[in-house]
Amino acid sequence: MKTTAETTSRPAWRQRRPRSVLPLLYGLLLLAGCSGGSPSALNPAGTGAARVSGLWWLLFWISVAVFAEVMALLAWALVFRRGAARVRHGQPLRFVTIAGAGLPFIILVAVYGVGLRDLAALGASPGRDALTVEVTGHKWWWEVRYAGASGATANEIHIPVGERVRVRLRTDDVLHSFWVPQLMPKTDLIAGETRETWLEARRDGSYRGQCAEYCGTQHAHMAFLVVAEPRADFDAWLARLDAPARAPRTEAERRGQQTFAQGTCAACHTVRGTGVQGRVGPDLSNVGSRWSIGAGAVPNDAGHLGGWIANSQTVKPGNAMPPQPVDAARLPDLITYLRSLE
Amino acid sequence: MSTTTSTAPAVGRDDLARLAEHWAEPRSLRSWFTTVDHKRIGRRYLVTAAFFFVLAGLSALVMRTQLARPESGVVSPQEYNQLFTMHGTAMIFLFATPMLFGFGNFLVPLMIGSRDMAFPRLNAFGYWVFLFAGLFMWASLPFGAAPNNGWFAYAPLNQVQHNPGLHMDVYALGLLFLGISTTSGAINFIVTALKLRAPGMSLNRVPLFVWAIVATAFMVIFALPALNADNAMLFFDRRFGTHFFDPSGGGNVLLWQHLFWIFGHPDVYIIVLPALGIVSAVLPAFTRRGVVAYSLIVLSIVAIAIISFGVWVHHMFATGLPQLSYSFFSAASTVITIPSGIQIFAWLATMLLGRLVSRVPLLFVIGFIVTFVLGGFTGAMFALTAFDQQVTDSYFVVAHFHYVLIGGAVFPMLAGIYYWLPKITGRMYHEGLGRWAFWLAFTGMHVTFFPMHLTGLFGMPRRVYTYRSEPGWDGWNLVSTVGSYLLALGLLLVLVGVVHAVRRGRPAPADPWEGDSLEWSTASPPEPYNFPVIPRVRSLHPTWDARTAESTTTGATADRVLSDGRRTLFTSELDARTERAVAMPEPSYKPLVLAGALLVFFTAMLLAAYPIAVVAVLVVAATIAAWLWPPRRPDEELGVAS
Amino acid sequence: MTDRGGVVAAATGVAALTTEEPVGRPTGWWGMVLFVATEATLFACLLGSYFYLRFQFGPQWPPGGVDKPKLLIPLLMTAVLVPSSLPVIWAEHGIRRGRRGRLRAGLAATLVLGLGFLALLAVEYAENLKHFTMTTDVYGSLFYLITGFHGLHVLVGLTMIGWLLAASLRGGSFGSHRHERVRNAAIYWHFVDTVWVAILFTIYLSPRL
Repeated sequence: MKTTAETTSRPAWRQRRPRSVLPLLYGLLLLAGCSGGSPSALNPAGTGAARVSGLWWLLFWISVAVFAEVMALLAWALVFRRGAARVRHGQPLRFVTIAGAGLPFIILVAVYGVGLRDLAALGASPGRDALTVEVTGHKWWWEVRYAGASGATANEIHIPVGERVRVRLRTDDVLHSFWVPQLMPKTDLIAGETRETWLEARRDGSYRGQCAEYCGTQHAHMAFLVVAEPRADFDAWLARLDAPARAPRTEAERRGQQTFAQGTCAACHTVRGTGVQGRVGPDLSNVGSRWSIGAGAVPNDAGHLGGWIANSQTVKPGNAMPPQPVDAARLPDLITYLRSLE
Repeated sequence: MSTTTSTAPAVGRDDLARLAEHWAEPRSLRSWFTTVDHKRIGRRYLVTAAFFFVLAGLSALVMRTQLARPESGVVSPQEYNQLFTMHGTAMIFLFATPMLFGFGNFLVPLMIGSRDMAFPRLNAFGYWVFLFAGLFMWASLPFGAAPNNGWFAYAPLNQVQHNPGLHMDVYALGLLFLGISTTSGAINFIVTALKLRAPGMSLNRVPLFVWAIVATAFMVIFALPALNADNAMLFFDRRFGTHFFDPSGGGNVLLWQHLFWIFGHPDVYIIVLPALGIVSAVLPAFTRRGVVAYSLIVLSIVAIAIISFGVWVHHMFATGLPQLSYSFFSAASTVITIPSGIQIFAWLATMLLGRLVSRVPLLFVIGFIVTFVLGGFTGAMFALTAFDQQVTDSYFVVAHFHYVLIGGAVFPMLAGIYYWLPKITGRMYHEGLGRWAFWLAFTGMHVTFFPMHLTGLFGMPRRVYTYRSEPGWDGWNLVSTVGSYLLALGLLLVLVGVVHAVRRGRPAPADPWEGDSLEWSTASPPEPYNFPVIPRVRSLHPTWDARTAESTTTGATADRVLSDGRRTLFTSELDARTERAVAMPEPSYKPLVLAGALLVFFTAMLLAAYPIAVVAVLVVAATIAAWLWPPRRPDEELGVAS
Repeated sequence: MTDRGGVVAAATGVAALTTEEPVGRPTGWWGMVLFVATEATLFACLLGSYFYLRFQFGPQWPPGGVDKPKLLIPLLMTAVLVPSSLPVIWAEHGIRRGRRGRLRAGLAATLVLGLGFLALLAVEYAENLKHFTMTTDVYGSLFYLITGFHGLHVLVGLTMIGWLLAASLRGGSFGSHRHERVRNAAIYWHFVDTVWVAILFTIYLSPRL
């Protein structure tokens, strides 16, 4: 799969990202969508999804064969049993029993066996020392933490490619469901309980996931991205997640940081190493590097970020962030600061 | 083959006049409110359910319009979420079941050769409750207070801290209110079919449609309490601070799902079984022979009714329950497809042996087979846990259950409407209009829902009010929307066809199709007393059977004419031997008053006007007491010893 | 109930003597039995929910320092309610033989016992409400919902009994040929009784197991 989302995930590329390219990339993605760029379960990139994809094609071809049988019988009746056809009064119980119960039973038993095998494969949890990602569902975003890092990120999960990674799922409020069609079938997040699943990407790339259990007003905008990358890249990324956020370098960034720390932002958001430790909204320590704003609501660029800060209710009505009374003069600096947090 | 008994020589003109006098309900406003005639009540069920179908269908059109393009703003997310919830809730609870109960109400007494249901006033009460509960739920929409949590309303999103306002109170109370109607209707169907069958209609001569309705009614009896318990606990959680579904108070959110699906999966068959019964009822007339393998079909109806109680966990395959329970429920869900397979091949065999008469009802039956079989395949796929986890809660499941419910329930209902329209209205429908309606609805259905398999596999979750274009779902969504308008147009033509038939249709003979069951052996539309002579049934296809016909003409006897009152026959439960003639109740206001008092009760509960609710309960109790109050009889008639 | 006069007349006819006379149940009986079946399922769902929530909750039950339920009052309630079916049976058998006096006396006795049960339930609530309410935790929710729902059924049953008693005192209502309403109300009352035993086991005895 060659999507642009995949490209955005490459740290090497990110460092020389020209700001104006993003809209263009999304335009390309729109085209790519029609040519297999969707998060399709039929284009698996993970061990779990590949299992299910195999099962699907088995079921699909069986269905085609049985459907052809039924349609042939129906067509026979429609062609030859009209007009002057003589009514026969038999009771072909054997035909009904064999075609309606016997054959389906044999097929279903076989398919059930295959299904059980796949279920067992999906249930095989990763080893005890496997990397663990802690994912917490919120209305309407995903909080992501790692066992080995102090920081948190949101709506973006990085995993090393080729490794089976444990994902521990909790929810802060209502039910959600964790679904990455190209990597792994769903596991629900159950209020009051912890669930586990795993991810194993066979090739690097970015894979879109989305909440699949209706969770309220903005269920539609609760997407996330799983970025599978080589182990070295992953380690570097995780190290940054453990470290303080990048400090401001320019004057504009410094002014933006001031606005951020003194304004209402700090009440809800965290930026590591700055003393800003709000816990209501997502940790923003690496917000500049994320793939989207608002869990897939809009792309992460300066324009959308400004719009989101000013009034996110127009972008994602019902989300927890009220419109921010940021002075128009200060907004550009604030945006610059946030964009610098990578 | 068939005989219209209204001209039967054995029933004298005096008898007919007396029957008419005892059974007639004058066309007055009073009679409109007091009627207990199962045919009028059945028609009302059909019309009211169709009305709710239109409302729920229009909700779907708004949703499809919103989803035609990515990120469109036809409706707000809050509006969309109410629309999809009301669409599902109304289609399941206010359309599908009541529509089939409407067919049952009209047809069961006619098919079994009775003059009414076992409890005619309870029947009227059930209708009024259905009407009021439906209006109760829909009335919340203009106030922006409609249910907004999906038709299965999972906890804890249904709790007041996550979902303030009246939305889910309307849901809980509305479904509890409606449940009274469904339960009373189910009891009525079972008792009617057990006790009011014409003499000679032993169990092996009961029409398949009646079998299906009775099996459905039994499922309602044992499934609906789970939903009622669920909703009662939900209402207490929301209103009175209990903790059934609140983990912080020791409750458990999965309890909601277990109880909901213990009801919910049988409910799928509560909808589909009677529709399959319609198919079995329609086919004989259009294949010119009885349905093949009667006993196997009965067996599979009973099997479905029983097994459907053991598959509910397949709706919870992604909740992370133990794998062992998944393997069990997966096996049960796999097995339940087999009885449906038997029925499909029995119908195919019937068509292969008979002579097809290609009229509109047969077209819908064929449309049903094609569509339902496809829905069945995806259904069997969902029985496999691994596959289910991938596609559940995506558009794939939306495609699946619309194939099952439109293919398996709506198409048979449409076949039934065209088939029985002459009987219900006494008018024939317009064949050409019907064909257009079929082809538009059939094409529209597949154009709408087939692409949803794809969008689901491509990762689109259900219940999203919008989507972005990056994932590439735009094209297929647009196709779905176009299809939905085609489907709507087809259904509109059905409506036009019905109105045209009622207004302009040519008068229907008693038996336009040369059908096999008893409703075709009486007038179209039937007289208020249904049958001048209650037939003595001699075979599974009484209207095709000369001896049964003879029992209503030259063989008519006074004990089956019963013209000296508003009377019908009780027969024994298994072999339908005559037990005695019984008097049937007269029209009454009490059903309406009782249903009205319940409406006041539920509205008062909704608005927290508890004193009014108490008063309403007292009115309910007083009405029931007066309803069942024994008439004063002389001691010798009662048999008093001391 | 049945037209026994008509049945007796029919039973002496030639046709009746040569064929077996089917004795079926009346529609009201079937209706009541089905109604009781659906109600019993409702109680089964509630009691099932009790066990589900209990075993999902954890080892400590009742939770949060609430004592295990005391047995004295519930056993008294059982001693009052379960035998209250006997006078109903006695009354029903009486009216089948046309004995109106037995009907009235039996119904009155049941009424007294049933009211005694409700009074004891009130005492039980007054005692328990000192320790926990419906909103304390899920245990309290289950306790009050299930016992309250059953109490409501007792109240409905008593209303039926009282209604029968009123109709019977008026006269001209019941006799050996017409007592279907008595039989149906009796079925409901026996059901209310039986359910109590299940509730006693679930709510009061099972936490001690």
